[in-house]
Formats: sequence, C-alpha cells, structure tokens
Amino acid sequence: MATNAPATKPKTLKEGYIPPGERLFSPGHRGCAGCGELLAARLVIEAAGPNTIIANSTGCLEVTTTPYPESSWGVPWVHSLFENSAAVASGIEAALKSMGRKEGVNIIAQGGDGSTVDIGLGLISGMLERGNDVLYVCYDNEAYMNTGVQRSGATPYCASTTTSPSGEQSFGNARPKKPMVEIAAAHGIPYAASASVAYPRDLQKKVRKALSIKGPKYLHIHVPCPTGWYADSTNTIQIGKLAVDTGLFPLYEIEFGVVTGVKKSKARPKVEEYLKTQNRFKHLFSKPGGAEVIKQIQAIADRNAERLGLDEK
Amino acid sequence: MSKVTGKKVVIEGSLAVAEAVKYCRPNVISAYPITPQTHIVEDLAQMVADGELKAEFVNTESEFAAASVVFGASTAGARTYTATTSQGLFLMFEVLYNIAGSRLPIVLTCANRAVSAPISIWNDQQDSLAVRDAGWIQVFCEDAQEIHDFQPIAFKVAEDPKVRLPFMTMLDGFVNTHTYEQLELMDPALVDQYLPTYKPVVRLDPAHPMTFGALAMPDVYHEIRYMLNRALMGSAPIYAKAVKEFNETFGRDYTPFLEEYRSEDADVIMMSMGSLCGTIKDAVDELRKEGLKVGLVKLRMHRPLPKAAIRKAMDRASVVAVVEKDISLGLEGIIATDVRATFAGHDGPNVLSYIAGLGGRDVTVPHLKAIMKEAATWKGKESPDEPFWVGLKRDIIPEV
Repeated sequence: MATNAPATKPKTLKEGYIPPGERLFSPGHRGCAGCGELLAARLVIEAAGPNTIIANSTGCLEVTTTPYPESSWGVPWVHSLFENSAAVASGIEAALKSMGRKEGVNIIAQGGDGSTVDIGLGLISGMLERGNDVLYVCYDNEAYMNTGVQRSGATPYCASTTTSPSGEQSFGNARPKKPMVEIAAAHGIPYAASASVAYPRDLQKKVRKALSIKGPKYLHIHVPCPTGWYADSTNTIQIGKLAVDTGLFPLYEIEFGVVTGVKKSKARPKVEEYLKTQNRFKHLFSKPGGAEVIKQIQAIADRNAERLGLDEK
Repeated sequence: MSKVTGKKVVIEGSLAVAEAVKYCRPNVISAYPITPQTHIVEDLAQMVADGELKAEFVNTESEFAAASVVFGASTAGARTYTATTSQGLFLMFEVLYNIAGSRLPIVLTCANRAVSAPISIWNDQQDSLAVRDAGWIQVFCEDAQEIHDFQPIAFKVAEDPKVRLPFMTMLDGFVNTHTYEQLELMDPALVDQYLPTYKPVVRLDPAHPMTFGALAMPDVYHEIRYMLNRALMGSAPIYAKAVKEFNETFGRDYTPFLEEYRSEDADVIMMSMGSLCGTIKDAVDELRKEGLKVGLVKLRMHRPLPKAAIRKAMDRASVVAVVEKDISLGLEGIIATDVRATFAGHDGPNVLSYIAGLGGRDVTVPHLKAIMKEAATWKGKESPDEPFWVGLKRDIIPEV
C-alpha cells in the first residue's frame, strides 16, 4: 500500500520525524496522487507554525482534508462557505483583538482559485481594504477541480476544461488569467506575492516574510493539478517549475505597490515545453491553427518577462 | 412592578436596540448599512467611537461579509452582534443557514422591511419570515420597550450551552426603528448580573486545535440536522426560563411565547406579530364596546413555533383571523399555515388568512374591525383556499 510516509524514515525522533497525529498537516487525507495543492498547503502551515488559525474556503483542500470525523489539520481550522474565508478571518481577528488574544497568533484565510478570483473576490477586497492582520493564500490550480474541472477566472488562455472545452469552433478558454496578485497589490497592501509549489523554499520564505508583516497580505501559489490538467501525477513539480521558468507563472513580490523581488532565469524554456506536459493543451498541437495560439501564449510569457524583468542579462 | 430599575426616557426605537446591545457587552459587531436598520448600527458605531462600548466594530462591503465576519468572530469565542433587513437579510441567506448549522450563538436584529421587486424600503415582515427555516430562534417585538428588553434575553438563550443557536429579534422598520417612544431603560448593572460573560464550549484556539466545519457524508449529515432541530425545539423551555428570570430581575411581566389580549372568552381571535398588535388592541377594545367577543393573540416567538401555547390560547375560539404582513406566494400567509398545522389533528377554530399592509401600507382600526366582523361570519364554515387581501385597491389592478 502506498503511504505518504517519507521514503527514508528518520531513525530517531531527534532527526525530525513527527508522528502523523502530531503534525500540523497530517497524511491520510483524500487528495489525489500528485496533488500540488495539498503539498503547498502543508508547506504553508509548516512555515506558519502552530500558533496559526486557518479559515478555509470550500473546495478540494477542504473536502479532502476534513471528512468528518477526520481532519488533517493540527492547527485550529474553520470552514464556513465557498466565498467567505477572508471575511471569516476578519471576524477571527476582531474577536482575538477584542479579547486580548491576538498577540503572536497568525491568521490565514485560504482557498482555491475559484473561491479567490471569482466568487470570493469582493470579500477578499473588503478584507484587504479593512487592513485586517490576515494572510490570504490562494492555491491556484487554474479551474474548479472539486466539481470536475470547470473553467474559472484563473484558467489560462486556451486551456480546455469541461465548461471551456476545445472543439470544432473553440481552442478552449477564451481569456487569459485574471491578474490576481496585481488586483491584491492595488489595494496598497504591504505585501502581495506569487509562489509555486515547485519552489518550496521560496514559497516558505514568502509565507514567513508575509507573516512577519502586520496588516493584510496576499500570496498566490501555483499548484499543478494532475487530475484536472490531464497530466502525469508523477510530474507535478516538473510542471510547476516549467510554468515558472517559461514566464507563464512568474514569481515576484510587490510591497506597497512596488515590485521588490523577482525570480529571474538565464534561459526561459519555450512555452511548448510546458504546454506539452498537459493534455488540457493537447488540442493546440493537433488542431489547425494551434501553432498560432501557442505563439499567443508565448507572447503572454514574453510580456510577463518584459514587465517584470524575468530574463537575466 | 416590584423593581423599577432603569430610568424612563423618550428615545428612538433604533437607539432602544443599540442601548440594550451596548449593555450586553458584545466583543464584535459587524454590519453593512441598509434602510431602515441604519440608525441601530450608526448608534453602535458612535458608542464604540466614544469609548462607551468596548467592542470591535467591523464595517464590511456587504451583508454577506458582515454575517461572515460575525461567523468568524463567534467561532473564535466572541460575543457577536449584527443587524440588517430585507435585501440585506436575503444577501446573508447562505450564511444564516451556515451559522445555525454551525451552532453559533450570534444575535441579529432584523428591522422588518418589504422585499424586492418592486423595491420598497417600507415595513412588512416578509424578510425574516422567508428565512424561518434556517434554524434561528425568532422573536417578534411590538414596541421599543420590548425590542430593548429582548436583547439580553436573546444573548442569554443563544449562548446557553444546551442551546448554542443564533437568535433573531424583529422590530418593524420605520414604525419601530424611527419612532420615538417612552421606555424604561434596563439598569446596565442588572444586565451584567443577568447576562454573564460568554463562555464558549469550543472555540478556535491554538492551544487546543480543533477542526470546525468538516464535510459531513451521508452517514452522519442526517443525524447532525436532527440534532440541530432537537436543539431548536429544546430551546423553547430554556427561553421561557430566561424570560421568567428577566421578569424577576427587571420587574417586567412578559409571557414568553404569546401575549393574550382579551382573548380568554373570545369567539373571534385575531393573531398577528409586531407593531400591528398595538392597533389591533384598539380595534378589539372598540368591538368589545359594541358587544362583540373578540380578542388578540400576539405571536411573540415564531421559531421554534410554540404549538402547545397556540392551541391552549385559541382552541376555544370559533374563528382565528391571522392578519400578517407577508405571504408564501402560491399558498397564503405564512403564520396562517403555521396555525393551521398547529391545529391539524386537534379540535380547533376555523383559520382564515388575511394579507395586510405589504410594503408599508397602513393597516388601520377600521380595517381591523371589518376583518373581525367578516371573520365572525365564517364560523363553522370551511375556510377558503385563497387568502383575503386587506384594503386591496381593485380599481388600479388591470384585468387579467
């Protein structure tokens, strides 16, 4: 039987082995093989530490980690609805402040891309504008995966999903991703950043940095979904790296509206390298006109590179 | 009155609510402005700004967010309050169910208002009745004194470890919220004695991590909903005890479920809720002078529905005319159906449904006297399938 136990189990507790029941995020959840979202969620909470309260939106992360009476969470964790984790987190902060219990406690609101860029956007904007001391984390797997791969506002240009399928008259999703990091940053918040599960040290550094800042913070994490991207479940990290390295999902930080950190690369791979790893883009390689679309997608990556200075010179 | 505790003042109904909420010492208040709820939250915001009330006042971008904020705050162990009405309550709809299902003792004041379309800011009671199945305790108030007094009762019952349910009190928009009335304020020291600090059974606490809001599969969902209903049904005696204790502490004489007015020997009983009951009392007095045996039963608690109290108060009458400012479209007045269901399988009166005063239309003593006289003619007859519409201007309604 496959388990989530480390491949080489540390010999003693001193070496860092934590029994599953004592972890901040325990194995045994219902995540799919190769799920990037659950791996990222573990990295986030392990960086945040035990003095953290999480408000979680409805979605894959919620249903796979808390099937009653089980829970993967070793920190206080609450799920209310699909669209309201940011407001729930605001309420938690207000309660702790009012009762004198806020000191030293991190509050994280988190959800998938659907709950973030679509249905919950207004409530996230409200939280960022109110200035609550909350870190909002979006796990972006680029479609409504929990309901069966329907497109969201974060689905990339010309990806095929069940509600934006490729077909005789269509190359898939008609619009590019909503620029959520910029939308968050436009609120004038102290910290907005993107990260990828494929770059875990960078991700954890950003979580720690965000939590060291008082006020509203936003972190947008790219999390490949082998199930919804019709990709090899052993390839999650490779795919995630390609998304970053091609410039399609650049890693950067914005502090009070100013770009302060960018992950640069010496030679960006062409977007084909990324697209061909996933069958949601398969039609681009088989349909007449697909090459033109791939050029447009390359242009998106190139614009990102130019805008953020991704190319090391 | 054994104990006159507070001072007599003439204040707006909204301030009567806000003063009482202040005495209850909520930790977190969150709201979004909507007419006619605005004065309540403005007053509370000012109290916080002036340092009279030590609470976090969280302004939000929508009622959906306000309800979500108090959800989060309550889960973290805070005493929480919000107020809304009409479209605001409807925008909260999803969260209202979620709050009750999560067993959170949030207190909400609904300043009853008509719902769109057409848009109307004026009073009727469609809004709170439309959310009656959400799992909240619901109590209608008639005047400023009642809405003032029922705030600490609401918190006390909601936070009872055996109840742990949200509590909604209602007052009529404008009629109550924007009208100045004389009332006797509670003594804040007695409120502290009546309503101790909230001690949640469970809360979000890093020292004792727990998971809230887990996914319920078909093997447990049914039972969890059963337990929710059991808690709501079981809240009635706890509420009755809280009202009794309130009366003893503050020198009032509230009955918990219904208020009976000259109904003991009445042949025709009118039933209603909220401010309209004051007008009905006048109509009853006039008809009694004319020798008609009529009375009023004011429904105070709507959920859980006090079925036994309703039967006890009205089973001797021949006809019950339920006059209400709401309608279950395609059926009849919502309370009329409740009363009918209450008497199903029991000997009881003929129940008639009267729809009155939607969207702020005045319901006057002549209207009410005419209803009671008409209702008397239905004694012993089968009641009609369709409701009666009070004061309908047939001349402005086009032919079908």
